[in-house]
Order: sequence, then C-alpha cells, then structure tokens
Amino acid sequence: MPSPATAALRGARRGADRIAVTLLALSVILIVGILVVIVGNIAWHGVRTVTWEFISQPPRQGLTAGGIFPAIVGTAALVILMTIAAVPLGVATAIYLHEYTPAEGLSLAWRRFKKSKGLPGRRRLFTRFLSALLATITRSAVANLAGIPSIVFGLFGLGFFIQFIGRSIDRATLPPVELLWGQGSLLWAALTLALLTLPTVIVATEEALRTVPHDLREASLALGATRWETIRRIVLPGSISGILTGAILGISRGAGEVAPILFTGAAYYLPYLPERVTDQFMHLGYHVLILSTQSPDVEATKPLLYGTVFVLLMLTFLLNLTGVIIRSRTRARLRA
Amino acid sequence: MSRRFEADFGRGERRRLIWNAAMTGVFSVAGWVAILFIFLIFVFTFKETLPIFTDPEVREEANLYKFFFERQDGPTLAEQFIWQPTSEQPKMSLIPIILGTLKATFVGLLFACPIGVAAALFSSEFAPARLREVIKPVIELLAGIPSVVMGFFALIVLATWLQSAFGFTYRLNAWNAGLALGIALVPIIYTISEDGLTAVPRAFREASYALGASRFQTAWSVVMPAAAPAIFASFVLAFGRAIGETMILLMAGGNAAITSFNLNDPLRTLSATIAAELGEVVNGSAHYSALFFMGTLLFVITFVSNTAGLWVIRRMQIRMQGEKA
Repeated sequence: MPSPATAALRGARRGADRIAVTLLALSVILIVGILVVIVGNIAWHGVRTVTWEFISQPPRQGLTAGGIFPAIVGTAALVILMTIAAVPLGVATAIYLHEYTPAEGLSLAWRRFKKSKGLPGRRRLFTRFLSALLATITRSAVANLAGIPSIVFGLFGLGFFIQFIGRSIDRATLPPVELLWGQGSLLWAALTLALLTLPTVIVATEEALRTVPHDLREASLALGATRWETIRRIVLPGSISGILTGAILGISRGAGEVAPILFTGAAYYLPYLPERVTDQFMHLGYHVLILSTQSPDVEATKPLLYGTVFVLLMLTFLLNLTGVIIRSRTRARLRA
Repeated sequence: MSRRFEADFGRGERRRLIWNAAMTGVFSVAGWVAILFIFLIFVFTFKETLPIFTDPEVREEANLYKFFFERQDGPTLAEQFIWQPTSEQPKMSLIPIILGTLKATFVGLLFACPIGVAAALFSSEFAPARLREVIKPVIELLAGIPSVVMGFFALIVLATWLQSAFGFTYRLNAWNAGLALGIALVPIIYTISEDGLTAVPRAFREASYALGASRFQTAWSVVMPAAAPAIFASFVLAFGRAIGETMILLMAGGNAAITSFNLNDPLRTLSATIAAELGEVVNGSAHYSALFFMGTLLFVITFVSNTAGLWVIRRMQIRMQGEKA
C-alpha cells in the first residue's frame, strides 16, 4: 500500500514523463512538418509549370521562357555515365572487402599471429593479418571518401581529370593549343560524380553481402566450387536486391549534386544537345542555381524555377523511393 | 563414359581455375581504388595549393601570413580583415570567410543537434514499431532532398518568411542559411544517434526499470548517457558535413565576405567562395592557388572530423558488443 506521498510523487512523475515525451514527439512532428512544407510548397507552385511543353522544349528568351528539355537530357546522360562508372567499381570493391579479406577483425588477426610463435603456418597468419589491415584501411578510406565535401570533389575533378588526364591526352594527340579532352565535359563530370557516389554503393553492397548466410558459402566451397563460382552463383543472387538498392540510392545522391559539376562540364546554356562524351551539358540542378541567382528578371523566371526544382525533386524522390521500397521488401523477406 | 567425363573435367577445371584467379585479381584491384583516390584527391588539391609555399610571384599576393594575420588600416574589424582577391591591390584575408563558415555551421548545429537527438530518442525509446517504420523513410526523404533544392527553398521562400517574421535588415543572413543547413543536417544526426541508442543493451533499461525509474527517466538518464559517444560522433560528423556544404550556403548565405560576428549579416563560406570564384579565375594565379588552399583546408578539416567521429562510433560498437556478450 503506497503512502499518499509516494502516490503523489508517482503521479507527478507520470505527468512530467508525459510532458517530456510529448516534447520529444514534437521534434518528430517538426521534422515531418518541415518535409511537408518544403515538398508541398515546391509541388504547389511547380505542378502548374510542368506541362508537356515545359518538358520537351529548350529554354528561350534568355532563360525567361520555354522549357528544360536540354537539362533533362543532360542530367540523364550524366547519370547514366556515372552509373556505368560507379556501380561495377563499387560492387567489386565491396565484394573484395567482404569476400576476399578475413572476416575476423584487425586486432584478432594480430593476436592470432602473435600467439603463433614457432608454429607452422605462421606466415599464412601474417598474410592474413596484412589482408585484414588492408581491409581496415580501405574501409576507413571509403568512410572518409563519403565525408569529403562535394566542392572538393569538384576541385579534384578539375585538377585531376581535366588539367592532368585530359590535358595530357590533348598534348599527345592534338596540335598545340587545341583542347578536346582538357576541358569540362560530360565524361569528366560523370567520373567526378561517380567518385562521390562510390562510398554509398560500396557500403550498401557490403551490407547486402552480409545478409547472405555464411553456411551457404561454405556449402558451395565444400562441393568444390571455386570462390568466384561461389560469388557468382550463391552470393550475388542472394544479395542482388540489396546491391540494387545501394546502386539506386547512390545514383539518386549523384543526380542531385551540383557542386562537383560546377567546373567539370555543366553549361549555363547550350543551343544543342550533348552528343559525345567530350561535350558540355546542361543539368537540372545547375539550371536551378542559374535561374535562382543569375536571372535578369526574377518574377518572370520564378514559375520556370519552380518547375525545374519540381522535376529535379521528383527525379531524386522517385529514385530514393524505389531504393527504399526494394530494401524494406528485402528486409521483410529476410525477417520471415 | 567415365573417360569422357574425365576429359571434360580436366578442360573445364583449368578454365574454372583461370576464371577464379582472374576475378580474384579484378576484385583485389578494385579494393585498392578507394585508397588510391583518397590519396589522389589530397595530392591533386594540394598540388594546386603548393605555389603558396613555393612560388615567389604567387607568394607576393597570397601566403599564410596574408590569409590569417594581415590587417588593413581601419577602425572596425570589417575594414581590417578583407577578402578582395581581384581588386587592384588584392586583399586576401581568409578571416571573414572562415568566420562566415563558422557562423553558418553554428546556427546549423544549434538547430539540428537538439531536434535530431530528440527525434532519435523518441523513435528508439517511445515510438511503437509501426510509427518507427514511418519516421525512418521520412528522414530518408529529407536526406534525399538535393542541396541545390534546399538552397533554392532557403533563397526564395524561407528568407522571405524569416524576414517578415523577424524583420531582418538583410534578407539573406546567417539565420536563414544556418536554418536551411540545419534541416540538411538533421538526417545525419538522427540516423547515427538512433543507431547508437538502439545499440544500448536491453539489460540497461531493465535494470533501470527494476530500480523503479520511469520510461522517460530511463531513456534520459540511462540510455542516452550510454549512447553519448554515438550522439557526440553524430555531432562531429554533422559538423564535417556543415563545414563542406556548398550549394545551400552559396545560394542562401548572401555571398558577402564580411568580418562580422553578427548573425544578422550576410555571409560567405569557404565552400561558397570556391564555388563562386573558381569559374572566373586565371589558371595558376595567386587567387587560383588561394581557392585551392581553401579546398585543402576543407579536405583536412573534414578528414580529421570524420576520422574522429568514425573512431568514436567504432569504439562504442566494440564496447557495446562486449557488454552484450
């Protein structure tokens, strides 16, 4: 039988609890509210602009009229090239990390090696330790790559792909002063973006590989399959949807990034569509930047601006949503 | 029959082994690529910075002393530290730009840290599983908004709302840019904090309940302190992201490099300066090297803060696993 004092205390505590939890819940409501306001505002103003003409026409009258067709084409070409570069490389890196390096951590590999003094197979344990060390370094490199500011990727694209590789190709193949590869282009922008999306693809793929039970690999190896056969027939089929999710999320991140392409090939306005990988291109995100900061007539461009933002947002949301849906389905299947 | 089988087996076997060896090679090479590129990114950003230390002609206009210490004559800070790289007498003080970066980062973290952690605490400790399944995709959608869209929203919509609500002199200022930045930081803080909170072993909570603590008391004074390293790491990683974020600040910051501690003034960040000026700069000039110096600075700051944040998370994971076992 609680005394009246403790009962009152408990009641007060429950009241305080309720207030505190309500405050926490409010923060979630605030976040949802912000998302709704941003998306709602853009959709509300954007939907009216987005007509077939808007999608299929080039800009006119100094970007104050017309549509965004070249920007859509440019973005699509960029994203496709980026995917071709980033996804195979990212998946291969993840396979290396998860399938070819020792599963035990660095410290365990080191302790095993230290304990093996005078035993046969010590060398093998040492290579195993080295391999674990390489895996650790690679993983932290990947994690760090994910944290490098996108503008620094832009600087790198300019300094490495354009000034170093591109200019070298030009010096070797073209008469002096002429530039073909040594300037901003679809290819260099796509490679710069690919580098930016690489960590997303690697991390997601590794997570997907982790969902394939270890027993399956061992059963396959025990039946005499080589490691590559095990990966191709057992591991990849079992993790394909997870890999797909990672690829899509990476692509969606890359599709919306503007900072890395500022100096690597995005163009203010082009009267023609890009045809070769050495061409410059228009881009939805860059178009948003141009329209909102360099427009001669702000009120006239506003509907166009909203329309462009809406298209860009829908593009990234659709990609994201596809990724998230595939992933939650996979997770549900795994749980079952 | 058996002879044919053996013959097949022999030929096939060889091909299988060759394939296996080839693919091992391919995957190992891929494993090196990430390391290689981290290295290359540093080397090539730094390479363009190098003239600041070596080239006498560049050093006349841009060097470390000018970046950090040079003062012009004038009564106010804003007149003493000036970034005017293209004027007749180039003035290259990074102080106004660094100050702008810190102001935006400060406001961004001020908004994002409490909200991100509160949302994480709510969804890990109080939200029913069904609700959690809704919160996570919402956060992911928020994270999926391209920063140029966020910048657009801050520039066109948010700035107008904030100005009419608070009567700012300048439409674009640290509050506006920082708030938009903060919205972009919330997903980072939420995701990492939530991971840390859910990793706290159930035994902690049960022990707390057994001692008579309420759910909120448990969440607040047992679970949250146990997950403190992860929460701290989420702040550090968000800081790294905030320092380097470009498009939001380029569009919503007002683009004025003023040495001022006032959050109501427009600002200019390191990243926005690179984005705004690199397109029009002469290749190899002092200004060009100065912009790459800012890039190197960003690289180093984010590299250090990310490494620190990830290290803390890793340590906590190991500790939590140890306690579970």
